[in-house]
Amino acid sequence: MLDVKAGDEQSFELLLQRYRTPLVNFLYRMVRAREEAEDLAQEVFLRVYRARKEYVPSAKFTTWLFRIATNLALNSVRDNRHQRMEVSLDAPVTIDAEDGDEKVLDIAEKHPNIEQYMVEEARKKMIRHAIDKLPEKQRAAVLLHKYQELDYGDIAKILECSESALKSLLFRAYETLRVELAPLVARQGKQQ
Amino acid sequence: MSCRRMENKFLAYVDGRLKESERLEMEKHLSACGACQLRVNEFRAVTGLLDELPEIEPSAAFDVRVRARVAAEPVKQGWWAWLTPSPRVAFAASLLLLATVWVASRPAEHPLTAADEAQINQDLPGLENFDVLSDFGALTDLPQPVQPDDAVDTNPDQNQNQDQGQDQNQDQKQPK
Repeated sequence: MLDVKAGDEQSFELLLQRYRTPLVNFLYRMVRAREEAEDLAQEVFLRVYRARKEYVPSAKFTTWLFRIATNLALNSVRDNRHQRMEVSLDAPVTIDAEDGDEKVLDIAEKHPNIEQYMVEEARKKMIRHAIDKLPEKQRAAVLLHKYQELDYGDIAKILECSESALKSLLFRAYETLRVELAPLVARQGKQQ
Repeated sequence: MSCRRMENKFLAYVDGRLKESERLEMEKHLSACGACQLRVNEFRAVTGLLDELPEIEPSAAFDVRVRARVAAEPVKQGWWAWLTPSPRVAFAASLLLLATVWVASRPAEHPLTAADEAQINQDLPGLENFDVLSDFGALTDLPQPVQPDDAVDTNPDQNQNQDQGQDQNQDQKQPK
């Protein structure tokens, strides 16, 4: 980032390549819409570029980057909350495809074992649904903890809370997930 | 060691982020507490379930869009930017300087004398009203100035009254 600050455009390209996938995934898991997640990720990179001259390496670059992303995601989720509640009950049945796009369920899809495929998809959907049901801040904490593997201290800075408050937040979030995913957890426990 | 105190460390234990002393303390507790052992296993199962969600790849257009938006950003100039030599500004400033020097160095063509100034001051009241007087509609609408010889004809009523008065005087003077 310091090279970007010094005007090295190539370094910005490196940042883009390094962080595009984690950022888009984080934002996608926060807002649950691929196009919106990509728009937000573009905005994050643009803000990084705009702020490059004022960048002071007082914290890790990753912390700064995900702080921008988290704030954008939380605002987006809050703005769209009302809209999401108005989803029509007549909407076609969908499954979440592995590439992140929702598509209309097509039984005739070319899977060797459609039953197993549907069981796996239902399982993933249940996990996604459990994450979606978490309050926004808990969801952000879980995503940063689980998928970005950030330290508690870094996540606390991103979410602007103390480390002990973050530990408590994470504990509550995982407790909720444990209850929500109880059927899967029990099966997982038996397998272990 | 109470279960309540230990549960806040379950996640860190599952993550392997506890200090060595804390880890040993946790394991000692778990070996003696079946309930906590079960919950730790369930926490571990939850983190395993979260691993099942696949990652998505940004679309092919993502990088292009980011680059385009970055390229469209206006170039910010610092406070020192105005000091940077600019040919157009330098040319305009030179022209202005030359024009100022030329105007300042020209001698006055007809310097006013004290007599001229006195004359101007004397004519000033008339000159101040010149615009009004030169285009004063009421004055232009007036009839032509009268000549002294025609003064009687110009007011027949008055002349008639005067004539009547003279006749009366003459009647009074006549003997009855």
